Amino acid sequence: MQRIGVFVCHCGTNIAATVDVKTVAETLGHEPGVVISQDYQYMCSESGQNLVKNAIKEHNLTGIVICSCSPRMHENTFRKAAAAAGLNPYLVEIANIREQCSWIHKDIATATDKAIILGKAAIAKVHLNAPLTAGESPVAKRALVIGGGIAGIQTALDIAEAGFDVDIVEKQPTIGGKMAQIDKTFPTLDCAACILTPKMVEASQNEHITIHSFSEVTDVKGFVGNFTVTIKKKARYVDETKCTGCGLCTEKCPMKKVPNEFNMGLDNRTAVYIPFAQAVPKVATIDPNYCMMLKNGKCGVCSKVCSVGAIDYKQQDRFIEQKYGAIVVATGFNPIKLDKYDEFAYNQCPDVVTSLELERLMNAAGPNGGTLLRPSDKTHPHKIVFVQCVGSRCDDSKGKPYCSKICCMYTAKHAMLIREKYPDTEVYVFYIDVRTPGKNFDEFYRRAVEQYNVHYIKGMVGKVTPRSDGKIDVQASDLLANEQLHIDADMVVLAAAIEPDKTARPLATMLTTQMDTNDFFTEAHPKLRPVESATAGIFLSGACQGPKDIPETVAQASAAAAKAIGLLVKNSITCNPCVAHSNELMCNGCSSCEKVCPYGAITYEDKEFRMPDRTTAIRRVASVNPAVCQGCGACTVACPSGAMDLNGFSNSQIMAEVDAICK
Amino acid sequence: METFTYYPGCTLRTKAKDLDTYARSSAEALGINLEEPADWQCCGGAYTTAKDEIATKLSAVRTLNSAKMNSRPLITVCSACHNVIKQTNYDILHDEEMASKVNNYLKLDEPYNGETTVYHYLEMLRDVVGFDNLAQKVVNPFKGKKIAAYYGCLLLRPSKALAMDDPENPSIMEDFIKAIGGTPVIYAQRNECCGGYITLEDKDQAAKRSNAVMRSAADQGADMVITACPLCLYNLKKSSGSELPVYYFTELLAEALGVKEESNE
Repeated sequence: MQRIGVFVCHCGTNIAATVDVKTVAETLGHEPGVVISQDYQYMCSESGQNLVKNAIKEHNLTGIVICSCSPRMHENTFRKAAAAAGLNPYLVEIANIREQCSWIHKDIATATDKAIILGKAAIAKVHLNAPLTAGESPVAKRALVIGGGIAGIQTALDIAEAGFDVDIVEKQPTIGGKMAQIDKTFPTLDCAACILTPKMVEASQNEHITIHSFSEVTDVKGFVGNFTVTIKKKARYVDETKCTGCGLCTEKCPMKKVPNEFNMGLDNRTAVYIPFAQAVPKVATIDPNYCMMLKNGKCGVCSKVCSVGAIDYKQQDRFIEQKYGAIVVATGFNPIKLDKYDEFAYNQCPDVVTSLELERLMNAAGPNGGTLLRPSDKTHPHKIVFVQCVGSRCDDSKGKPYCSKICCMYTAKHAMLIREKYPDTEVYVFYIDVRTPGKNFDEFYRRAVEQYNVHYIKGMVGKVTPRSDGKIDVQASDLLANEQLHIDADMVVLAAAIEPDKTARPLATMLTTQMDTNDFFTEAHPKLRPVESATAGIFLSGACQGPKDIPETVAQASAAAAKAIGLLVKNSITCNPCVAHSNELMCNGCSSCEKVCPYGAITYEDKEFRMPDRTTAIRRVASVNPAVCQGCGACTVACPSGAMDLNGFSNSQIMAEVDAICK
Repeated sequence: METFTYYPGCTLRTKAKDLDTYARSSAEALGINLEEPADWQCCGGAYTTAKDEIATKLSAVRTLNSAKMNSRPLITVCSACHNVIKQTNYDILHDEEMASKVNNYLKLDEPYNGETTVYHYLEMLRDVVGFDNLAQKVVNPFKGKKIAAYYGCLLLRPSKALAMDDPENPSIMEDFIKAIGGTPVIYAQRNECCGGYITLEDKDQAAKRSNAVMRSAADQGADMVITACPLCLYNLKKSSGSELPVYYFTELLAEALGVKEESNE
């Protein structure tokens, strides 16, 4: 006979305010097999756990039911407590009477009834629980960082610092990401390149770090501690091992009219190019869309001028496969396209630019050598209008519902830098709200207003009309003065919303991690596990998880590294024993389970069986690799003969729960 | 010869005869037969956004139903009529409650459930005739003419229901201008408000709005402005105080196809 203990948690008032916990404990105490039923204010606290531990020992319990919050929250806590008291941790069941009951009901009688039913179901299940033992699997001592912006670089440096090998996979020809394009950083106004490029060099020189630039992740197999990743090294038509980065090919290349993506298309580059002077690795790349040799076999100038023979027009994409223990996602962000915002005339007028374009226009290494000139006629602008929240905080389908977080600060930075460098230029900023929480952030914005006399106007721009005389008519509303404004501007700067990089979604599918509706990666817990994904062994770094500025990105990057290191230092990790297994006597080898398994955990083998008539038959049966199985249960549903079952969630256990609920 | 049900609407019988006659003669030249239902009535005039207001939408449904009875797509040319009729059709397709209310009220022989396809004349040119085919039939191209397309508010919005073109960055009229041999002028105010009915109430406001449009078009070097909307044409011509000529797009189409003179006879 089973001896079951029931423990009902008040969760302060979270549960107790809506559920009559005393009644629940008392009613469940009369269930068959239950020998003790108690309630307590905070079951997860140390004294609450001791209550459980003592009851296990005292009453010699064979199974326990905790009526509390979601098992995602504290199942592990109570499993540990049970184990400490000598009970197999898989003989613990959680009845979720908080998220699924007290939080969603208002009526105490209804909620109490429901809590009792949920408790009964858990008791019915725990009757059938079997002790399970977790296995162990080894950890590959190498980490993969996907994305080589400041987030990826910081994560890689920190992991390398701990002595583990790290690979950075970056899709662009150089690491550095968005920060490399930025001129100055807020709130200290220090030069972005001056603090980023030393880190890039450090990454390239660190013996533990391997940079796969111009590469992409194409396949991910395996599980925590044991990922097998395929990386495509895209053909750059230049032998990385030979190229010295001298740049002679880029000077001689006759194809000079290629929009320069590093400068946001504001000037041109050659078909063979090095993105910028401090690129890492400093290796040329040939753009096959523009190279005349690759397009029609005529030219070959770069090959002739290269003194080390690094040019290889026949280079092909290469695929390499590597084992990793941990993967850190650092795929970053992009500003949104502004095609749908024709009211700002972005597509009509070259002097209407995005904030990132302005960064390049003001950067010493940018198209104008750091002098702010209008793209259209290269004259100095005397009146500049900034429009904030372009596509952010948008409730229609055009933009993004969220606040992009960084725009208020970088707009204040731009306004201040322009006023500092060109005091004869008037600067207007149109805003919905100015959001500047952060250390020294609000002071920074106040400085723009009070010290630099930037005109901050609450209200939005309705229409931007470029005129043939070169001026741009900006029609806007001043909400505080309640008037319509017309400003004859020379330039308009749009603070475009930011969105996750387009590669994030296919990557999330490969990694079986979750994303939110905006394609930001979802953290395992919004407060308590902010740098881990819900998939074990996958960590999140930087703006791929949500809009972030540089200090926050770096903080999260280091946190992700710490989590990855915590995994890599282990020689082996405990596996989840709640995995599928096949009853070979019932399996008919139909392959239904193999087809639905998202992890490739099921294979088939031909096995000898003694048949009832004492003959031997060879039958094809399913076999589950417990190290690969994630326990999702898809196969148990697909199996037509009922041979597949999930440890800890067997068909009979689930049916017992259903029966208890429907009784 | 392909036949369509053609809905002119009240203004095309009175103030906007040009929009109508040139549409008809051009269609003929393009091998399109426009058949006007004998008993058409008002389109509804303005689409009411109130969800429970159906009485004003019934006449639009009658028009849609008469096209359905003939199993033909419905062509409209006035922006305002098009807006009301297509939005009403969209509602019937997407709002079951409204569809049942309308049908209960109208008691048609068989219920109308949004079966009719509604084309604006410009959509017909683009999707049925094809701008490439149109270009080949042009005999008097507008060579060297800089033409500014004025969309106004009703032609493309709300874009979900009208599904004609991107309402903020449209191209259908510019493509039309290219097809008749002209050079389209892109200017910022091409899909802003002309002042609309406010001209009845507050002439200054209408003048301000329509003038902003005309000034912007003239500033970008336009020789003329075209529109599909009678009210826009009125405001741009009468309220704006601008000298720049404004025409219905159908007038230019008829001229390009060489049928302008005939339709004036």
